[in-house]
Order: sequence, then C-alpha cells, then structure tokens
Amino acid sequence: MSSVAQKSGFGATLWDWLTTVDHKKIGILYLLGGLFFFVLGGIEAMIIRLQLITPNNDLVSAGLFNDLITMHGTTMIFLAAMPILFGFMNAIMPLQIGARDVAFPFINSLGFWMFAFGGLFLNISWLFGEVPDAGWTSYASLSLHSPGHGVDFYAIGLQIAGGGTLMAGINFLVTIINMRAPGMTYMRMPLFTWTTFVASAMILFAFPPLTVGLFFLTFDRMFSGNFFDHTMGGNTIIWEHIFWIFGHPEVYILILPAFGIFSEIFSVFSRKRLFGYTAMVFATVLIGFLGFMVWAHHMFTVGLGPTANAIFAVATMAIAVPTGVKIFNWLLTIWGGSIKVTTPMLYALGFIPSFVMGGVTGVMQGAAPLDYQLHDSYFIVAHFHYVIVGGVVLAIFAGLHYWWPKMFGTILNEFLGKITFVFFFIGFHLTFLIQHWLGFWGMPRRVWTFMDGQGWNLANFISTIGALLMAIGFTVMVINIIMTTVKNERVGNDPWGDGRTLEWAIPSPPPFYNFPATPLIRGLDTLWVEKMEGSKEMITPAEPITDIHMPHGSIIPMLMSLGLFIAGFGAMFHQETSWGLGVLIFGLAFTFVTMATRSVKDDLGYYVTKEQILQDQENFKRGRN
Amino acid sequence: MDLNTKFTPETWPAHPERATLEAKNKFVGFWLFLGGETILFATLFATYMALKNKGPSGFGFTTQELYTLPLVFVMTMLLLTSSLTSVYAMYHLKSFNFKKMQLWLGLTALLGLGFLMLEVYEFSHYVQEGFTFSNSAFSSAFYTLVGTHGFHVAIGLVWVTLLIFRNSKRGLNLYNATKYYTFSLYWHFIDVVWVFIFTVVYLMGVVG
Repeated sequence: MSSVAQKSGFGATLWDWLTTVDHKKIGILYLLGGLFFFVLGGIEAMIIRLQLITPNNDLVSAGLFNDLITMHGTTMIFLAAMPILFGFMNAIMPLQIGARDVAFPFINSLGFWMFAFGGLFLNISWLFGEVPDAGWTSYASLSLHSPGHGVDFYAIGLQIAGGGTLMAGINFLVTIINMRAPGMTYMRMPLFTWTTFVASAMILFAFPPLTVGLFFLTFDRMFSGNFFDHTMGGNTIIWEHIFWIFGHPEVYILILPAFGIFSEIFSVFSRKRLFGYTAMVFATVLIGFLGFMVWAHHMFTVGLGPTANAIFAVATMAIAVPTGVKIFNWLLTIWGGSIKVTTPMLYALGFIPSFVMGGVTGVMQGAAPLDYQLHDSYFIVAHFHYVIVGGVVLAIFAGLHYWWPKMFGTILNEFLGKITFVFFFIGFHLTFLIQHWLGFWGMPRRVWTFMDGQGWNLANFISTIGALLMAIGFTVMVINIIMTTVKNERVGNDPWGDGRTLEWAIPSPPPFYNFPATPLIRGLDTLWVEKMEGSKEMITPAEPITDIHMPHGSIIPMLMSLGLFIAGFGAMFHQETSWGLGVLIFGLAFTFVTMATRSVKDDLGYYVTKEQILQDQENFKRGRN
Repeated sequence: MDLNTKFTPETWPAHPERATLEAKNKFVGFWLFLGGETILFATLFATYMALKNKGPSGFGFTTQELYTLPLVFVMTMLLLTSSLTSVYAMYHLKSFNFKKMQLWLGLTALLGLGFLMLEVYEFSHYVQEGFTFSNSAFSSAFYTLVGTHGFHVAIGLVWVTLLIFRNSKRGLNLYNATKYYTFSLYWHFIDVVWVFIFTVVYLMGVVG
C-alpha cells in the first residue's frame, strides 16, 4: 500500500474516529470525553451547592446528596481532570520531542476506549438509580454496607478506566525514552514533556495498588471475599492504606502536568527562557519521589501512633520545598520579561496566588496535631479545591486556550477568553475561600444539610453564589468554543507569535505524520534557537525526506474495551440472576479473543510516499501565503 | 516492517529483540509493565501478611496445618526448571536456531502446565478440607495472592502456545523475535514471584 485511502461521508468519518491510532486524534477524543464528564461533574457540583444555599434545605434527599458528592469527586478526578490532561499529553508531547507518533499507537487507542467505557459504566449507575454513595474514597467500612449496586458500579467502572490509565502511562514513558528526535537530550526536553514523563512514571507505580484495592472491594461485595470484613478476620484499614498509596500520588499525577503547562505559558508570554530550568526538572522529579512517601497523612486520625504520624508529617512538609522552588522560578521567569497578558497568561498569573494558598493550607494539615482539628471539616474541602481547581483546572483552561490552535487549527476568541477567566477566577475564590472559615466554625464535610443559627448561613450562601459565577464562566467558554469552531478562521504555525518549542514549528493542525523529516534539536527551546538564527524553515532536518512508515487504524481497541464493559455487568449481577455468570464469561472471552486476533494477525503498517509529503508541503506553503 | 528479509546465523543481529525501533519500544515497555506488576504483587503480599491466619471467631485453619511442603517443593522445581528451559530457548533465539528454540519453549510450556495442574490439585484439596475462598480473611488473601500468580502462569501458557503455533511455519524474523523475548521476560518474572510466594507463604507459613 502506498498512500492513505480517501473516503468521505459521515459513516467513513465515524469509522475513522472509532479506529484511529493517530495520537493527535486520540488527544482530541480524550479532550472531548474529559470535557463531557467535566460538565457532568460540574452539574453535580452545582446541585450540591444549591442544596447547601440555605439551612434545612431539601432540594435533594440525603441519599441523593451522598450520590452527588461521590460521583462529583470520582468523575472530576478520574473522568475529567486526568483524561483532559491525557488529551494534551497525547496531542502535544510527541510534537515537542519531534516524534512521528507515540510508541504504542494501538495501546494508546485501547487506553482511550477503556477510559471511555469505564466512565460510561460508572455513570450508567444514574440510569439504574443505584449510584455509588460511599464518597470518592469509598472507605470499606462504608462501602461494604452500601445497599444496591452503587458501589459495584464504582469498583468495576474505575477498574476498567484505571487499566486504560496504566496503559497510557507506560505508552508515554516509552515514547519519551525511545522516540526523542536526534539532539533532544533529556535536559533539552520542554517542561511539559518532563512533567508528562514524571507523572507517567507515577501512574506506573500508583495504579497497580488501586487495581488490587478495587479487586478486593469487588471480591468482598460480589464474590463473598472477606478482606475488609472484621467479623471474618478482615481489616478495613487495609483499604485506606491501599487507596491512599494510590490516592496521594494521584494528586501529583494531576498537578505535575499542570505545572508543565504553566511553565510553557510563563516562558512564551514573558519572551524569556524558563528561569532555573535544571532546578525545575529536579524539583519535578523530587515531587514525584516524595509523592509516594506521604500517603498516611490522610490517615492521621486513624490511630497509627505518634511515630508514624511524625514521620509522615515531616515528609509531607518536605514536599513544600521543591514546590516552593517551582513557584520562585515562575516568578523569576516573569521578572523582567516582555509580558503579554493573553488568556493563557491570565490563567497562569491567577494560578500562582491561588495555588500557593492551597499549598499553605496543605502544610497546615501536614502538622498532625492541627490535622486532628481540621479533619473532615470544610477546611479540607477548601484546601483540596484550592489545589485541584486553583492548580489543575486553571491549568486545563489555560492549556485549552494555549494549545487549541495547535489541536484544531483555529484560535479561541481572546475577549471571551478573558471574560471566562474573570467569572471563573472570582467565582472560584468566592466559593472556596469562605469554606476555610466554615471549617474553623465547625461545619463538617459531606453533610446533606445544616441547622439554622450556627453562623454558617451567610458563608454557605456566598459559597453557592461563587459556584454560580464559575458556571457562568464555563458557559462563556463553551460559547467561545462553538463560535470559534463555526467561524473556522484558520491560523498559521505559530499563532501566539512567540512559540519556543517544536510544536509551533509545524502547521496547525499538523499533518498526520507530524514532521516531513525528523527534526534536529539544537538546544533547549528548539524553535527559539532557530528563530534567533533567522532560519527560514524553522526546522533543521536531521534526515532527507523519505517514505514514512505509519500504523494502520484498528477497531480492536474499542471491541476489547466493550468486552470488559459487558463483563462488568455480568460480575455485578451474577449473584441474583442466572445469566450473570454467563455474561461475565462471555465478556472476558470476547476481550481475550479480540486480543488474540490482534496478536495473531500481523499489522505491518503502511508507507506514506515521499511524493505525497512533498505535495503536502507545497500545499501548506501555498496556504500560508 | 519487512517480514521477507531472510537471515542466516551470520547476518542475524546480536540483539534481535531490540534491533528495530518497534522492537526497542516493546522491550522497554515490557520492562516498565513488569515494574507495575511488581507493585501489584507487593500489594497482594502485604495484604496476605496482614491477614495471615485471621478468621472469624473459632476459625480453625493455620498455615502450619494447611500447607504441605513436599507438594509445593515439586511445584517449585517444575517452575524453576521451566525458567531454565526458557533461557535455553532464548540462547537459540540469539543464535538463530528456530527449531531448537521452539522445542525448548514447548518444554517450558509443558513444565508450566505441570505446575498449574499441581496448583489446581492443591487448591481443590484445600477446598475439600473446608478452606474455601469465602471462609475467612486469610483464605481470601491466600487464594487472591497465589491465584493471581497462577492466573499469570495460565496467561503465559496461552501466550507461548499462540506464539509457537502462529510462527511454526515462518520461522524467526525481527518482528516476532521481540514477541518471543518479551514472553521469556514475563516467564522469568512469574518465576521470581513464585520464589517469593514459596518463601513468604509456604516456608514462613510452616517454619516461621
């Protein structure tokens, strides 16, 4: 086969997206999937806040409130924040290191479909009316006694989605280790690539405990296991350890890529090299390492004893050091720079004070004695929303505006972008700042409603108004996205004008093979080096243009994930129905057969011819002038 | 990738398992995957150690009474030997001797199958004694740890059987060399996990 088959029509387009192994398209799929779940989780958050707007409110029932808080947390962490970040990693990271694709295009697609079907499985619980209600941490002492199938949806849905995450992590690691262009040494990699690398390594070591923990939970609830049931000799604290051995690294898996995005943005819009690049890299690695050493600070009140609490308290506070290094490096990057306050830069500037506040309250809780006071109060809610929204969500919005041109070939409206920021940023602080005091005033987290006359009324009212402002901000962003897509004004290679890294040296969106010839990397901020030398083509090729080897698309990843999705229902219903076990076996067998098909059938890929590449380049040049 | 390139022992590269970029990716990716698997088993081991001998009130089973070392010793010998035979297979992979490699891999699979059958016998024996999966926290943890290892052995057997039959007619090339090599990595990994199970579960159960 010599070139790509040209088909058109809705069916062909749909088939193309279902079978794609192109990292840029999978990135878009992750982004859209993540945004979909972000909207779901956002609606859940709004209902929670509306329920708490006045004392003794009964907008939703207590049971539904438990469903809402559980699904809000689970959806936002696993199905919104991570997939959207994976979208950026997929779409951008290979371009930054000068690679044609990721290391395992097939597994990349499999990872996406497992996330999609896992997320679907979890949310189908709403249709069944039996929704997870034991909190996103699903402590075993609660989750074992949750009636109905709610927690089963949690255990199996996250199992499927988590498998996809693990695959994505390994894929990114190998891509960065093996597929860097000539000259792209580790210490020349852009910070976003570095944070992707460290976050992926953390995924590799943090997700297997989650897998095991979810299996234990599945066994205990559906297959009469006894891991957490103390009447049978089990131990409920084991779940807490396993969950947090996964769960604490997980928050760094989220925040490190966010740091990477902001590092890119600060550098580009200050027109300066990132200050302290080497220190930034080592701080990233150090945070990744320490992230595994602190899980028991979530369990200070469990009663592990003063020695364990002291060790984990010190380790927790130690993380503030590399994080502080990063904050100062960002400030010194802006210092004396030629600053352009674009929408992404606005988010970055807003991020620094917001995240510092979240970090400081984190260190406060690191002090174990104080944590006894703060534990399970609204102070905790305020803290983790300051780091997740003030860090990760601001980074996601910043990245969305920053890389939208590269992913879609159009640029989001700057005016609407700034409106979004103003509403979202003010709304965010309005919602969560006051919750610190709510915590001090004794309001526990996860309560369905509260009594009048405790002094919590005004604070809760303010908090809900803030949430409404965030919703308005997000709506403006959706309008912006729709308007931009409808207008469809195409942009060039480097729409921000000051791009420093390799992704801005190629067309937006790039051709499916990314680089006509593998680039030669001649320094940190490759594109900036070329710009300073005034080179015309913006890329120094490392090889002449030749035929390019590309992998075929495949429907098998989707089918494999579908098999697991079917098997999940079998596992869930096997105790009360006669067909459950059969469906479980069928689903697993379906997955194994499709997997074996993939293994037995050789996929040798195909070649894009040199003539076609040269033709494409002509077209891009004509389009540019 | 070109499957038609014909090799001789002289032209066959010294490291066929990582001679192309695709092969290198699989090689590194598989090592990383085994890193994740290590954590998975570590979690299972930790849980087993926490729940060892724990059951409902009046629970009668202890590791000392349950395990029979002679059977486990035979299983260990079978699995360790299968690791050795897979090393011979990899030796012949590197020296481009396809038939001998297939032969040693076949032997590896047979030894693995023997191990698995003894494990099935062992489990069914325990179940007959009343030590079922749902009987206690101890039994849940035991069957999950040792069973996960057994499941890995079963997967490995299916994998190597598919490899042997799929490639029986076309011989070695740079495309399937990596597949054979990653299987052998996997098999060694299973073997190392078993060494830990033998020590932590059985030896420490009976002696310690």
